[in-house]
Amino acid sequence: MENVFHTLHDFMLHTESITYVILAGILIGLLVFWRFLTGRDSKKRTF
Amino acid sequence: MPQETNLPNKSVLTPFNIVAGIIILAGLIVTVLRFTKGLGTVTNLDDNNPWGLWIGFDLLCGVALAAGGYVTSAACYIFGFKRFHSAVRPAILTAFLGYALVVLALHYDVGRPWRLPYPIFVSPGTTSLLYEVGLCVFLYLTVLFIEYSPAALEWLGMKKLRNLIVRMTLVLTIFGVVLSTLHQSSLGALFMIAPSKLHPLWYSNYLPVYFFVSSIFAGLSMVIFEGTLAHRFLHDKMDATHLKESDGVVFGFSKAASFVMMGYLSIKLIGISVDNNWHLLFTGWGLWFLLELIGFVALPAFLYSLAVRERNLRWARWAAAWSVLGLVLNRLNISVIAFNWHLPSAQRYFPSWMEIVTSIFIVTLGVVIYRFITTRMPIFYDHPDYRHDI
Repeated sequence: MENVFHTLHDFMLHTESITYVILAGILIGLLVFWRFLTGRDSKKRTF
Repeated sequence: MPQETNLPNKSVLTPFNIVAGIIILAGLIVTVLRFTKGLGTVTNLDDNNPWGLWIGFDLLCGVALAAGGYVTSAACYIFGFKRFHSAVRPAILTAFLGYALVVLALHYDVGRPWRLPYPIFVSPGTTSLLYEVGLCVFLYLTVLFIEYSPAALEWLGMKKLRNLIVRMTLVLTIFGVVLSTLHQSSLGALFMIAPSKLHPLWYSNYLPVYFFVSSIFAGLSMVIFEGTLAHRFLHDKMDATHLKESDGVVFGFSKAASFVMMGYLSIKLIGISVDNNWHLLFTGWGLWFLLELIGFVALPAFLYSLAVRERNLRWARWAAAWSVLGLVLNRLNISVIAFNWHLPSAQRYFPSWMEIVTSIFIVTLGVVIYRFITTRMPIFYDHPDYRHDI
C-alpha cells in the first residue's frame, strides 16, 4: 500500500529506514553468495 | 600452430557468406534511402520519440557490450591476472569494432552526420553530458585502435612501430578504464533529464551507476559469448596457449560476472527502496521490470555461480548468452519500451522494418570484419616473432 507523506522528513525517514534494513540484508547476502560461489575452489586457484 | 595466411581455397558461396551478403545488400539499399530521402523515409522517429532503435540498440547496447575490452585489459594489465592474457586481443578487437560501429550507426541517426566532429573541434558544449559522451567515445575509439594495432602491425611486419605501441600498453589500459568509467555512466545519466518520460521503476538518480556496473558484467559476458562462437567457428586459428587458457578465462569471468550481477541486483533494490517504488512492482510495468531483473539478471547470475561450482563450461556459456540478452533488454527498456510509457499506444514508437534492417546490417558488418581480421591477423594466437612478449 502506498503511504501518504506530509513532509520530506516523513518520506526520508520512511525510505531510509527500510533502505538501511535492506542494506544489512545485502551485506550478509553478498557474503553468503561469495561463500557459495567460491565454496568449491581449490586453495591454489584464485579466480 | 595456425598459419598467418592459411586461407584454404574454398568456395565463396558458403551459407554464412550468402546470408551475410543478402543482409549487407539490404542494408546498403536502406543506407542509400536514408542518406538521399532523409530520416522520415526510413524511420518511425518523431518529436515524441527522437531516439529509437538506433540509439537503444546500436549505441547503448553496442557500447555496453564492448565493455569487454576495458574489463579484460584491466584484469590482465592492472590487476595482474596474466592467465587472462589470451583473452585480451579478442576482447580488444570486439570492443574496437563495437565502438567503430557505434560511430557508424550514429551517422545514420543524427540529422546532419557531417557535423559529428563539430562538438569536439568547433563548438564544445562543455556543460553537456552528450558532449562528454561524444568526447569519451572519440578518445576511447582512438585508444582502442592503438590497443588493437599491434596485431595488425605484426601481420604487416612493422616491428619497430609495433614494439613502440606495446610499450604503451599500461598507459593505454589506464586511459581505457578512465574513459569507459566516464562515458558508460554518462550514457545512463543522459536519461536523468527525462524523469517525466521514463517509467519510475527504471528512472533513478543511480542510473549512471546502474549503467556502469551493468557494463562490467555485460563486458565479461560478451567475452565469454564471443569466445564460445570463436571456439565453434574459428577453432583452427587458436594456438595451444589460447586453448589451454580458455577454460580458465570462462570460469574466471563467470565468477566475476556472477558476483557483479548480484551487486547490480542489490543496488537496483536500493534504488527501488530510496524512491519508495514498491507499490509499482505490482503493476503490469512492475512485472515487466521484475522479469528483467529476476529473469535476466538474478537467474543468469545464479547459473554462472552453478557453472563455477560444478566447473561446467556449457552452463557458463549459456549464462553468458542469457546475460547479454538481459543487457539488451535493459537498454531497450530504458530507451524505448519504458520511455514515454504514459503516452497512448498510437503515439508510442515501434521501429520501422528499415530501422531493424539497418541494425542487423551493422551487426553483420561487425561479424564479417571480425572474421576477416581473425582469419588473417594474430588474434587467437601469438605471432611466432613475439612469442615471449606478454
